[in-house]
Amino acid sequence: MGDMLGKLTLDAVPMHQPIIMGAVAFMILCGLGVAALITHLGFWRTLWSDWITSVDHKKIGIMYIMLAMVMLLRGFSDAIMMRMQQALASTGGPGYLPPEHFDQVFTAHGVIMIFFMAMPFIVGLMNIVMPLQIGARDVAFPYLNNLSFWLTAAGALLVNISLGIGEFAKTGWLAYPPLSEIAYSPGVGVDYYIWALQIAGVGTLLSGVNMITTILKMRAPGMTLMRMPIFSWTALCANMLIVAAFPILTATLAMLSLDRYLGMHFFTNDAGGNPMMYVNLIWAWGHPEVYILILPCFGVFSEVISTFSSKQLFGYTSMVYATVCITVLSFLVWLHHFFTMGTGADVNAFFGITTMIIAIPTGAKIFNWLFTMYRGRVRFTTPVLWTIGFMITFVIGGMTGVLMAVPPADFVLHNSLFLIAHFHNVIIGGVVFGCMAGVNYWFPKAFGFTLDERLGKISFWCWLVGFYLAFMPLYALGLMGMTRRLDHVNNPVWHVYLVVAMVGAVIIMCGIAAQIAQITVSIWNRAALRDLTGDPWNGRTLEWAVASPPPAYNFARTPIVTTRDAYWEMKRRGLAHNPLPAYRPIHMPRNTATGVIVSAFAAALGFGLIWHIWWLSIASFVAAIGIAITHSFNEDRDYYVTPDEIAENEGKYHLASQV
Amino acid sequence: MHEPRGPLIPSPAHGPSEATPHATVRSYVTGFVLSVVLTAIPFVLVMSGLAPAATTVPICVALGVAQIVVHLVYFLHMNTSSSQTWNTAAFVFTFVIVAILVGGSLWVMYHMDMNMMPGMMPME
Repeated sequence: MGDMLGKLTLDAVPMHQPIIMGAVAFMILCGLGVAALITHLGFWRTLWSDWITSVDHKKIGIMYIMLAMVMLLRGFSDAIMMRMQQALASTGGPGYLPPEHFDQVFTAHGVIMIFFMAMPFIVGLMNIVMPLQIGARDVAFPYLNNLSFWLTAAGALLVNISLGIGEFAKTGWLAYPPLSEIAYSPGVGVDYYIWALQIAGVGTLLSGVNMITTILKMRAPGMTLMRMPIFSWTALCANMLIVAAFPILTATLAMLSLDRYLGMHFFTNDAGGNPMMYVNLIWAWGHPEVYILILPCFGVFSEVISTFSSKQLFGYTSMVYATVCITVLSFLVWLHHFFTMGTGADVNAFFGITTMIIAIPTGAKIFNWLFTMYRGRVRFTTPVLWTIGFMITFVIGGMTGVLMAVPPADFVLHNSLFLIAHFHNVIIGGVVFGCMAGVNYWFPKAFGFTLDERLGKISFWCWLVGFYLAFMPLYALGLMGMTRRLDHVNNPVWHVYLVVAMVGAVIIMCGIAAQIAQITVSIWNRAALRDLTGDPWNGRTLEWAVASPPPAYNFARTPIVTTRDAYWEMKRRGLAHNPLPAYRPIHMPRNTATGVIVSAFAAALGFGLIWHIWWLSIASFVAAIGIAITHSFNEDRDYYVTPDEIAENEGKYHLASQV
Repeated sequence: MHEPRGPLIPSPAHGPSEATPHATVRSYVTGFVLSVVLTAIPFVLVMSGLAPAATTVPICVALGVAQIVVHLVYFLHMNTSSSQTWNTAAFVFTFVIVAILVGGSLWVMYHMDMNMMPGMMPME
């Protein structure tokens, strides 16, 4: 029995830790509640056949964003736990979190927020919007898209299992060796980290390949690259970064696992290994990663600001070139994450300057957005509020970034709370605000009804005020010398700032609550909020040219594009919403359960590797590969939508949009 | 016209998707002969010891790079024609990124080694 389960025993469940067991019980209760609700609504069959096995990019995108939102709640719980701990444990007391738990909390917070909140959010938005924007029927490889999503979900599942079975890494979100080596982290925490990221990373990489192929090969006729909406441009660049950067992460983590599992010495201090190489490699992935997250958000802001200013985007060409510049430059700055490690003045100066140069294309973008608003008739809807909040907040975060790009300044600020404040300033102010703007903007496209504006605005103001209260004190604390990841300190001067930061986190919590309320209330009032036109904002790009939610085949007939802002032009020339006299059958892919089954085996493979349950690992690996190969022989994978069905669908839509 | 989608090849309306240009036998033979010649020269140089190592090494490196170009052009059919634009662009992008990463890492780690590990064995 002991051998059968590897290192796994009943002791792995932290029964003596009331906080963890409470969290586990809460998660199980939530799961049971959702299951009960699904049973009550009789939704299981639909859930399986229309969602879980779906190869429709819009549904996959929605599932990505649902995963991201659930993970946001988990990551935010970690955040508020840390803020409470530091507020309670800064006047000499021990607080309520023991150090080994606190270390897991800050590691899980970083990992979850980047890999399982921000990444699925961005990939989800790209999934829902990009194929519609370029006038495509779906992504290039629909089944692969489903597999990518479920692999990401499998990674997220492993991270969450670590809460109740075993432990998570205590190393910080990038698991620097030698701390993450087997000698210093003998538990399963780092193994959970490695395999969660490896499995999710495969999904991300496949998704990147899929999106690039879609953008390059499946644009509607006439949509040249320089007519492509900016969001699709940023999606192209972000996915090129994914394809170029994620293999570095995979290789680095593979070397770390060889060290841990097979006693190799890539990153150990002995036998010729070098931990500094890990830091070098992980940031060669890590810096492009932050641009993978922020570029699509720049795209969201561009679409939002242009639509709601009722103006063409100012400086389209410069926006494209700025995006491409950032894409290349993002590979030239990684050393600024470890100025203090000892490369010396020459190398530091080079990377300091390249870092500052990135501010130039980014600055150009800010001016483009401002000039788009200038003399426009700006409608101050929720997405616009998020965009304006972003412009102000991101500029502040950018400036503190340029400040830290000066190597001597970085020697003072490295590893301090100033750094923490800086990157939350750009990631919350940029990525989170971008995702929220995107959700509020495209929700009616995905679901056919708009979101409640009043609760949306309340949520925005809570997030904005909460963000400043939570992170401005951290800038000050960093300048005063407080380092990051402190379980407890004894300093009454810092205590005040930490309490203010905690109040900020509570206000952000109100913002999240308002968002949950916004979605719930909007579903409740969906009849009143219904949008039958498919174009609630008077949009400019092709995603608004179809019904909401769009039919599975997206476009009854592939649109012909003659200009930028293609849909705006169609409306101007009176060509939008003209029903066609006849439709032709549309060729569509069938849903498949292969993606979710392969991913379930991938999760079992990861679990087996984490706990050294070798039979499970081998069996799951063979099963996953076998099922994927079997699927490739399945010939019955497509069907045709008949002209009658299309005519019925489109008839309803055209009738509604003519009103 | 019904547009195929998904796992099928995108329709021609969706952009340059004509089948991969098949090279002629002639170009394969040219490529093969060039590869053999480019392999034979360094082999002869090294085995015969005609020139000192200081001369042989740069020649071998240069011929190795030429070999890569021959493979790309004759076997992977990379050229500047419009149907190959994206393959060529992807290759150039990959090349630039790999060069930055490998070159940059060597540069970074060399300095790290000099500054942080004085007197220790040189880094492999």
